[in-house]
Amino acid sequence: MLAAWLVYLILRPALTWVFTQAEWQVIVTNFRLFMRGQYPDEAVWRLWVGIYFLALVMGMSWGVWGQAARTFAALFGAAALLFVLLPFSLNARLNWVGVLITLVAAMLLARNRAALKPWVILGWVILLPLTIVLTAGAAWLPFLSPVAPRLWGGLLLTLMLTIIGNTLALPLGILLALGRRSSLPAIKSFCIGYIELWRGVPLVTVLFMAQIMLPLFLPAEIRVDPVVRVIIGLTLFEAAYQAENVRGGLQAMPRGQFEAAYALGLNGVLTMLFIILPQALRLVIPALLNSFISLFKDTTLVAIVGLFDLLLIGKTTLAQPDFLGKYREVYAFLFVVYWAFSMMFSYASQRLEKTLGVGTR
Amino acid sequence: MSAPASDIIIECRDVHKWFGHFHALKGINLTVKRGEVVVIFGPSGSGKSTFIRALNRLEEHQRGQIIVDGIELSNDVRHIEAVRSEIGIVFQQFNLFPHLTVMQNITLAPIWVRRWPKSKAEATAMELLERMGIPEQAHKFPGQLSGGQQQRVAIARALAMQPKIMLFDEPTSALDPEMIKEVLDAMKALARSGMTMVVVSHEMGFAREVADRMIFFDVGMIVEEGSPEQIFSAPQQERTKLFLSQILSPRRMN
Repeated sequence: MLAAWLVYLILRPALTWVFTQAEWQVIVTNFRLFMRGQYPDEAVWRLWVGIYFLALVMGMSWGVWGQAARTFAALFGAAALLFVLLPFSLNARLNWVGVLITLVAAMLLARNRAALKPWVILGWVILLPLTIVLTAGAAWLPFLSPVAPRLWGGLLLTLMLTIIGNTLALPLGILLALGRRSSLPAIKSFCIGYIELWRGVPLVTVLFMAQIMLPLFLPAEIRVDPVVRVIIGLTLFEAAYQAENVRGGLQAMPRGQFEAAYALGLNGVLTMLFIILPQALRLVIPALLNSFISLFKDTTLVAIVGLFDLLLIGKTTLAQPDFLGKYREVYAFLFVVYWAFSMMFSYASQRLEKTLGVGTR
Repeated sequence: MSAPASDIIIECRDVHKWFGHFHALKGINLTVKRGEVVVIFGPSGSGKSTFIRALNRLEEHQRGQIIVDGIELSNDVRHIEAVRSEIGIVFQQFNLFPHLTVMQNITLAPIWVRRWPKSKAEATAMELLERMGIPEQAHKFPGQLSGGQQQRVAIARALAMQPKIMLFDEPTSALDPEMIKEVLDAMKALARSGMTMVVVSHEMGFAREVADRMIFFDVGMIVEEGSPEQIFSAPQQERTKLFLSQILSPRRMN
């Protein structure tokens, strides 16, 4: 009772503020900026293609796996519905209607068709590369003229940094963790050195190195886009942490599992691939996703080296003459966005654990 | 692998093993013939498990020779893998792979080491599961099975590689009493089929029934060996007599 009363005491003014006093015009006007920064208008359709593809794959997952994917699809659909209802441009709202239709249609199409499973998995695998190609474009691709990554901004940049950084860091981390257990002294000491070096350096330092020092070391002809440099920095940094997470899982594996595999004549590589890694990684899903979420929030540091991530975009909108002093609105909005994504990632971690928990001892 | 057609399949000459300063095996000499069933028993810490694990090099010996089916165990990795794929081992703790189904547990090595097509591996696995009396468990995970069933899966998994020798390292010690019989029955059937078996066990009923030879280990040495009749009715050594009197209390007889 007391707790409920306290919650009410706190929530009432907050909600009153949200619905009656706050002036959300700053968000509505700058919504494009928040979502994609300086990403050129004429290329926005490519981001939509990415979102449509996500809706397609997610809807199909819902159809073939049912319960395991349902909540994600529902959350995605709810977000899309919210965007339809909020006062954005007509174009955007129509597109969200389209996304919703795609989601539901894909679900209906794929329902009870287990034969589609490999295709859905393939869809998830190519989702990220496809989105990157669509977003970045390339000179040799028709219709997809290159958009320099330094023009990416806002939520687009934040998500790209998080997802690309983490996706590249995990395999690298696994290799480092395996290397750390190697019996070859050269590999072992290299991996230990790498991990301890990167873990001993603050992320800000890594970002400054990537932004300021790296160009000095590279020959003048080689120009690497600042966003790409930051992604490389984040990946190398994150890999050290993921390596330690994976090592925890490897150390938790009972010796009997190695012995049983060796006794069957499996060599070291097959033993790792089929017996040890699948179990060890499953054990450390919480830790892996924990690092994932950490990196998501740490991407706000890229603002320090001048990349317009979601947080820095927020700051710049506050400098607009029309919206001076709208701190509360902007930061409340950013809070909700970061919170929603973090919650989603942590929920994904729980689902993953449950779904992959088959045959636990 | 030019296996000599000789009768002897395992030959150990003066095998020594140290764990740090602890001298675990003190010069073991032993030969095992094809088709022979050898039961090793002795007090805990006597080196019997270490010895059986040295036969497929899960433990390294530091002195002496172990020759299995014509191949000497040395640091050469190819030799080790060749020997290991000819020897099946069943562990006290089963050591099934908990993330794979029973079927996958059994077919993994035949598919990836023996390079069998999946269909052949699965057909063989089903045959083995039927021999073990648990064909209906093929698509379950090990965690869903009882201890006795798990151990029978472990035996099937080892047999799937069509080994020439089967090692058993206290296969019933981790089982509840009512499950010991089903595992021992499977092992007896295997022994009668002519498989060469080296079994570390205190199941004296099993030994009496199927062992060709019994070996008593103590403090890292072979103290006594002989046929079950000799060992049970006329043990020569005091230590053997003492140990047998301790474990052959009526409760342990079966």
